[in-house]
Amino acid sequence: MFNSVTFLVILLLTLPVFLVFRPAKYHYTLALLVAGIALTTAWSLSVLTGAEQVKEIALFTPDAGSRFVLVIDELSAFFILVINLTVLIGFLYARGYLEPYRIRMNGLRFSIHYFSYLWLWLSMLMVVTIRDGLSFLIVWEIMALSSFFLVIFDAEERSIMKTGISYLIQMHVGMFFILVAFLLVQEGTGKMSFDALGEYFAGHRNLPLFMLFFAGFAIKAGFIPLHTWLPEAHPAAPSHVSGVMSGVMIKMGIYGIVRVLISMQSDLLVTGVIILLVSLLSGVMGVMMAIVQHDLKRLLAYHSIENIGIIGIGIGIGVTGQAVGNPAMALLGYSGGLLHVLNHSLFKSLLFFNSGSVYLATHTRNMERLGGLMKRMPWTAVLFLIGSLAICGLPPFNGFISEYLIYMGMFNNLSGATLYHSIMLVGSVAALALIGGLAIFCFAKAFGIVFLGEPRTDNAAGAREVRSTMIIPQFVTVALIMLIGLGSPLVVKPVFEIVARTWNLGALPMVTGAFTVNLAQISLAGGIFIVLLTALLLYRRYHLARRSVTAGPTWGCGYTAATPKHQYTATSFAYNYNHLAKPLLQTRKEMDEIGEGEIFPHQRSFVSHSEDFFRKVLIDRPADWMATVLKKIAMMQTGQIRHYILYAFLFMLLVLLLAMLNIL
Amino acid sequence: MTMAGFILIAVAAFFFPGIILRTKSIASGRKGPGLFQPLQDVAVLLKKGSVFSSTTGLIFRIAPSVTLVSAACAMMLLPFAEQKALLSFEGDFILFAYMLALGKFFTIIAALDTGSSFEGMGASREAFFSMLVEPAFFVLMATFAMFTGYTSFSVIFNHFFITGNDYVLIYSIIGAYLLAQIAMVENSRFPVDDPKTHLELTMIHEVMILDYSGFDKALIHIGTWLKFTLYGSLIYNLVVPAGWNLFLKIGLFFGVQALLAVVIGITESFRARNKMNKNPKFILTLSAIALIGFTVILILTDKLA
Repeated sequence: MFNSVTFLVILLLTLPVFLVFRPAKYHYTLALLVAGIALTTAWSLSVLTGAEQVKEIALFTPDAGSRFVLVIDELSAFFILVINLTVLIGFLYARGYLEPYRIRMNGLRFSIHYFSYLWLWLSMLMVVTIRDGLSFLIVWEIMALSSFFLVIFDAEERSIMKTGISYLIQMHVGMFFILVAFLLVQEGTGKMSFDALGEYFAGHRNLPLFMLFFAGFAIKAGFIPLHTWLPEAHPAAPSHVSGVMSGVMIKMGIYGIVRVLISMQSDLLVTGVIILLVSLLSGVMGVMMAIVQHDLKRLLAYHSIENIGIIGIGIGIGVTGQAVGNPAMALLGYSGGLLHVLNHSLFKSLLFFNSGSVYLATHTRNMERLGGLMKRMPWTAVLFLIGSLAICGLPPFNGFISEYLIYMGMFNNLSGATLYHSIMLVGSVAALALIGGLAIFCFAKAFGIVFLGEPRTDNAAGAREVRSTMIIPQFVTVALIMLIGLGSPLVVKPVFEIVARTWNLGALPMVTGAFTVNLAQISLAGGIFIVLLTALLLYRRYHLARRSVTAGPTWGCGYTAATPKHQYTATSFAYNYNHLAKPLLQTRKEMDEIGEGEIFPHQRSFVSHSEDFFRKVLIDRPADWMATVLKKIAMMQTGQIRHYILYAFLFMLLVLLLAMLNIL
Repeated sequence: MTMAGFILIAVAAFFFPGIILRTKSIASGRKGPGLFQPLQDVAVLLKKGSVFSSTTGLIFRIAPSVTLVSAACAMMLLPFAEQKALLSFEGDFILFAYMLALGKFFTIIAALDTGSSFEGMGASREAFFSMLVEPAFFVLMATFAMFTGYTSFSVIFNHFFITGNDYVLIYSIIGAYLLAQIAMVENSRFPVDDPKTHLELTMIHEVMILDYSGFDKALIHIGTWLKFTLYGSLIYNLVVPAGWNLFLKIGLFFGVQALLAVVIGITESFRARNKMNKNPKFILTLSAIALIGFTVILILTDKLA
């Protein structure tokens, strides 16, 4: 009773955000957020520690119709923790980030922004806890709407509004799939709920329903080819919102897929293969397209697609493991996927927050106009570097742990696998290795071009470090990244338990025991790495202090008048790669060649574009086609009243004819 | 005894560059420098002071140390014959590959830290080529995992020759060939890169470290040697069965390392390096060979009739 009343009070207390006066508005929202996070975190911890098996909190239970009941099992509890963490740190960061907007935007805009932020958080909490179909769709819709309002916060730019609308439409396409899927369940079992899925799957073919759910949730998660909203919406949103959207909101799609998978009973192998193929495509294409981006936040958005792909690979391996009756493989795959959900929420929000800091300090997200920021914004640079290392899966950071688990899910099962199965596994291994290599390429470029070298423009040269309220909260994220990276057995053990109980895999003490030892060894290696590195750096300091250390210019091969414009740019860094990936990426260049007779070339411009192939084929072309057709139909709309009377008359005539011919 | 691998690799590392150098001198008919010239070079570097470009910052200064320590950590994962490695666990080769990648990442961003277009160019090439070589190593390890049924360096190598499979030599050869090629690519040697090229525009690795001097440059050199012997000891474990006499094995270990160095020296003496735009094809070929190896194992294990 206490729980449900408190939660309802928190829901109601979001409304006074509009009434609170401006200086206190942020603090009011923060207080509400902290209260809610304390409450829900306590719920999820009580489930995770085993104090309660399943926690039910009834919010609104009419006799008939949809019931709003929050059901927290271990899976929900895990997602609640992920949501709360990123949402809180994002909001603490937002205080400094929104500072410049306070001057030019009125209080109402801020009220709407805070209100939407609160509701995005609350709706995500409800998405991961509500089981009833209709209630689920309602909170799913609230999530889409609130994030829409968050994206268009900065909507003085027309393009942002356009992006927002396109986002809203694509979210609804996704919702349509989920709605249809739920209706099928309703028809099959008489109940419209996740709880009825088991009953439905027991009596019907599993794959078609799963595919419907998968299509709906995959749009949210951003699996290729359903990702087209993602690289548009993330850059348009303010950075704390991008962090939350990319860090946790797209994971709601993963949650949905997992929730459906738990209940599945047959068709597992083909499901696993489908998830694996889609995920491999997302992983490889996501990072391939990320490399050619110039916009820092768009680059990160494509990386979210890649990481969703990695999560999906883990889940796909898990499903396959279940299908072939190999619980160890299932455990490793699912655990790797789930842990990557947590990991990605940490490092991706970190990266988005710091790219926001860069934007705030330089007013541009175009990497070609940045450079040399490490000297001007050292904290932001270090945080971005840690995020980059973690997202590349490099030890001793957290990304390595989840990728290691996924790799082991593949390797562990190789010797016993059948032909097709082992081909699939080795393909996944090669693809995951390639994804890792590409990610390193991409983040070496992103970090190197933005933060290192000399500033390429005055904007970058004049950048100043952002205020400390934006930096300090992020140290919590860094601490967690390091904790998972260096103390992995502590974190992986509970994840193993969640997975084993959620999927009924049994206790599997052999596997969990072995991997606790393996992960302890990885932690040891990480510890040794840090100790050795510290020792070497200390010695280096001692060594250099006894020798002459002088400063000079960078070696210019005899040419000493080099300007910052001569540095390698993001485009030139990716030139080799671009050349190889051209058939897949369709990058276009616009330039006029220097003619034969042109002895003194005049000023000219060079533009290069990279197009998203899937966006072009799936969204732009059909939309263009429809626009052309509809424009032709619009010719009927002449604005002359006699024509409209004629239409009405023709319609009546048609009805009459149809009635006479007994068709109507 | 678990230190054996670690110590042997470290010792071999000091001779490795000298052997390459001697081979090249002999092959080209020069008197050439002595076996210990690279060691002396490093000793000189360690005595010298340093010049840092005023553009560079923290990253440039810590990168050589990170690279060397990451190579040393990767070294701890390698076993010597039946002696377990210092750190040995299921999937340790994943840590091995990612540790080396960590060092590579820092080398690349350190090059970008100088703000030089030459070094940016080198960084771009190095990042690109080492990205392409990644799948080859993993597919090769997947092949071994499938062949032996284990996923740790120590256990794989211990079971390599006692699987009762008569075709194990195929794997020794494919594995040794691939690892040697991967070592060449990872260390930026022939035919992908030429360490002795004198024009910045055609360099890959050398151009990335143009601005280093003194202590840091010495660290970079030592790191390169270590990386060679890392792959050398992997090759050793693939070709020499674990059960043999210990002294014979130590002798063979240095023999294999020396052989790898000689092969590198001879390759560099007698062939031209690739055109830069041929390199991606060359490197992707390695992945293709690894996949062929995998297909062969499918046939051998009767999965593919």
